[in-house]
Amino acid sequence: MKRLIPLGIFGVLIVFLVIGLSLKPKEIPSPLIGKVAPTFSLPVLNQENQIFTPSEMLGKVWLLNVWASWCVSCRAEHPLLNELAKMKLVPILGLNYKDQDPAALKWLTELGNPYDLSIVDAKGLVGIDYGVYGVPETFVIDQTGKVAFKHIGPITPDSMQKTLLPLIAKLNK
Amino acid sequence: MMPMRPRYKNFLMIYFLVCISSLCLGQPSQSQNKDQQVIKEAPFLASNPALEVKVKEIAEELRCLVCQNETIAGSHAELAIDLRNQIRTQLQSGGTKESILQYMVERYGDFVLYNPPFKAKTSLLWLGPLALLLLSLFVLRNYLRQQKNTNKTAVYDSADLAQARELLRQSKPVNHLSNPSMTKDN
Repeated sequence: MKRLIPLGIFGVLIVFLVIGLSLKPKEIPSPLIGKVAPTFSLPVLNQENQIFTPSEMLGKVWLLNVWASWCVSCRAEHPLLNELAKMKLVPILGLNYKDQDPAALKWLTELGNPYDLSIVDAKGLVGIDYGVYGVPETFVIDQTGKVAFKHIGPITPDSMQKTLLPLIAKLNK
Repeated sequence: MMPMRPRYKNFLMIYFLVCISSLCLGQPSQSQNKDQQVIKEAPFLASNPALEVKVKEIAEELRCLVCQNETIAGSHAELAIDLRNQIRTQLQSGGTKESILQYMVERYGDFVLYNPPFKAKTSLLWLGPLALLLLSLFVLRNYLRQQKNTNKTAVYDSADLAQARELLRQSKPVNHLSNPSMTKDN
């Protein structure tokens, strides 16, 4: 019996360590999930005098992808966004976060533009309202305007197939 | 003398428990470079030092989400600068510490607080170390009680020791290895 106690403690420790390995401490759960997406009014990239507010998208499932031309991981996920745009499953809106218009436009010309439109958040204040802390981030917003899901970091083929596409299909039913 | 092994084992176990509990009790190291303010803020500091003190006080309670072991006061990340500006703006427009912390939690969750509230979700964080401490004390108490009992059964006075020494001297020609029971509890 006595010999089993340290073994038991060791076992518990191993369980905790294994759980620890599978956690992603960089991905902080968003308190926005299930809540109405914060509202804002911001100009649209390359569209003079056009102002966008999220309420325009009510009734549709849409993606809000936070991106910037200075963001290296955005470059990695960009081909996937282009592919997703081709599928025409959902409107993809870009939130051009703390970027400069000329650089952003150059990026879209070079890499392709998957966005229905890009919203200019030059000061990053809308980013703060959405709890953005690491670009890229992607929000899935449902018909009622609620945040259904937040993807932190670049979208990967795996997360696209296993998480995003099934979720979009489910919400679009 | 008593054989050493069980005692040694108990010591190891207590040491092990103490190690675990001290790991859990250890505070996450708040940023070491708290006092290094960002250069960009120097003009603000000069214009209203009292406000800056307040900004820093609140920023020190908030975790930077980009560099997770730094406070928003200590981090040089872009987001930390933006959030410090946000704290400043809100203070200037009449915000209180509570309202600002609430504002941050609404956006980034409890994770942003260095001093998270006690909830079902954080109960292990708050109670875990205490539970480990109590467990350690329980093991220590058992250990001490056991020690007391063994001491009761093994009382040697000087006469016993003298006798033992005498026996040892007499048995010198005998080969100990051929009779291992001699070395144990006899």
